[in-house]
Amino acid sequence: MFPFCTDPDTLDTVRWFACYLTTGKHMSFYLSFGTVLLLLAITAPTALAFGFAGAAAARSRFLPLSLFGKGYIAIVRGVPDIAFFLFFVIALDQIFEWTRHQVLCPDWDQPIRQGNDFIVCQAAKLPLNTAPQWMHETYGFFLAVLTFALVFGAFAANVLFGAMRAVPRAQMETAEAYGMTRRQAFWRVLVPQMWIYAIPGLSNLWMVLIKATPLLFLLGVEDIVYWARELGSSKTPRFTDYPHGDWRMWYFLALLVFYLAFTRVSEIALERLTVRLSHGQATAQGEAQRRAGA
Amino acid sequence: MSCWETIADYALRSVGIGERLLPRDNFTLCQQFTLIGSGLIWNVYFAVIALASGFFLATAVALGKASRIRAIRKPSEWFIFLFRGSPLFIQFFFAYFLFLSLKPVAPVFDPFTSAWAGATIVLFLNTAAYSGEIFYGALRTIPKGELEAADAYGLSGWSRFRRIVWPTMLRLAWPAYTNEAIFLFHATTLVYFSGFPAWQQRGDALYYANYFADKTFNPFVPYPILAGYFILLTLVIIALFGAINARLNRHLPQEARRGLRLRLNVIR
Repeated sequence: MFPFCTDPDTLDTVRWFACYLTTGKHMSFYLSFGTVLLLLAITAPTALAFGFAGAAAARSRFLPLSLFGKGYIAIVRGVPDIAFFLFFVIALDQIFEWTRHQVLCPDWDQPIRQGNDFIVCQAAKLPLNTAPQWMHETYGFFLAVLTFALVFGAFAANVLFGAMRAVPRAQMETAEAYGMTRRQAFWRVLVPQMWIYAIPGLSNLWMVLIKATPLLFLLGVEDIVYWARELGSSKTPRFTDYPHGDWRMWYFLALLVFYLAFTRVSEIALERLTVRLSHGQATAQGEAQRRAGA
Repeated sequence: MSCWETIADYALRSVGIGERLLPRDNFTLCQQFTLIGSGLIWNVYFAVIALASGFFLATAVALGKASRIRAIRKPSEWFIFLFRGSPLFIQFFFAYFLFLSLKPVAPVFDPFTSAWAGATIVLFLNTAAYSGEIFYGALRTIPKGELEAADAYGLSGWSRFRRIVWPTMLRLAWPAYTNEAIFLFHATTLVYFSGFPAWQQRGDALYYANYFADKTFNPFVPYPILAGYFILLTLVIIALFGAINARLNRHLPQEARRGLRLRLNVIR
C-alpha cells in the first residue's frame, strides 16, 4: 500500500501496523463489512415485504389464505432460529435444483435421492458447474438473503398483524361510514396508521437482525467472522511477510466494538423515527406533540 | 441392529458413555432420534446452569441499574449494554479466543477453553444482562402503594427489599423472564458453532442434527427431529415457569392474576 512497505522486517511498530493493516487480505476483511451492510440493506425491506404479505394474508377473509398466513407466522416459534438457518439453506437449494430438474430434464429416469446423495442432472445444477467463481459466491449470498428474509419475514408478519389489530376500531368504522370498500379502508386508513403501533416491534426486530448477521458465517458466506478467524490465526514467516501470533481475540474484540457501535447508532436513529411517526397519531405521544405545538 | 441396542449405545454418547464411533452410513431414523436426543443433555445443562446462576447476578445488576449512586449505576448500565448490544455468537468467539490466550498465562484458565465451562460463563453473563434489564423494568413499575405500605409498616433496608420489593419485582417480571428462559434455551444451540470445539464429537443436539444433515445431504429429517425435541422442552419450560408464576401471584384475586403471555424472541 505505502511505498515503504517493500521490506516489512525493517519497519518500526507504527509503520509495520500501517503496512499490515492495508494488505490485500485486510482489504477483503474491510469489504466484508460491506457484505454485512449489503445483507442488511437487502434483507430488511424484503423481510418487511414478506411480513406485510404474511400479515395481510392472515387478515384475509378467504380461509386457506388466512390459514397460510397464520401458519407462516406460527411456524418459526418454538424452534431455535439457528436451526432454521441451517435447514433453509440446504432445503431452498434442493428445492430450486429439484424444480429445475423437473423442468429441464423430463426424461431423467434415475431417482434423485440415491442413498446419501442428492443427484440432479447437470443442466439443473445451480449454479452451473461451468459458471465462474463469482456466480457461486453470489448464489450463496442470494440463498442467505432469502433465508434471512423468510425467517425474519415471519417475525415481521407477527408484529404487523398485531399492529393492524391495534389501530383503533373507530378509525375503521369512520372509513366504513364514508363508504370506503374493505380494500380502500385497508390501504387508506389502516396501513398509514399501523406503523406507529408496529414501530416498537419492528425496531426490536431490526436490533435482532443486526445481531443475526454473524450467522452468515454458518451459511458459508465469507463474512467478517470468516475473515476475523482467517486473519487472526497465527502466521509463520514462511507464508507471510507479516508474521504474528494468535491475534484472533483482538479481531473479535474489533467485531464486538463494531456491533456495539452499530446498535447504539440504530437506537438513536430509531428513537428519532418514533418521534416523527408519532406526529398526528391518536396515541399518547402524538397527543403530547400536538399539545406542545399548540 | 435393533432400536434398543442403538439407544443403549448412543443415548449417552454426548457425555462420552457408550459407543465411541458415530454411525457413518445407513443412518436409521432411530439413530437420528437417539443421537439428537443425546445431544439435548448439553442444551439442558447449559440452560439450567446459566439460568440458575444468572438469576442472582441479574437481580444484582437490576438493583445496580436502579441505584442512585453513579459509581454503581454506570457499570451496571454498561454491563447490560455490552451483552445486549452485541451478538451472542461474537461473544462466544471472543470469549473462546480470550480464554485461549489466557491459557498459557495461568493454568486456572485451562477448563475455560472447553465448552462445559467457557460457554457456560458466557451464557451466564449473557442471561444475567438480559434478565437484569427485565428485572430493572419490573423494578420501576412496582406500584407506589406497595412501597408506601412498606414504609407505613416501618420496613426498611433489607427486610423491605426481601418482603416487598423483590417478590413484587419477580411477579411483574415473570412473564418476560419466562420468554428469556426459552430464548436462552434456544441460544444454547450456538455453542458448538462458535469457537468451542466438540471434543471427541461430544456435541449438543444441533451438532448432531448438523452432522446427519451433512452426511445424508437431507435436511428434511434431522432438523424436524431437532425442532420436535425443542418444542417439547419449550413446553416443559412453560409448564415449570407457569407453576412458579401461579405461586408468585397466589395472593391476588382470581381475575387480577395474569397468565403467562408469551412473546417469543429470535436471536440474541
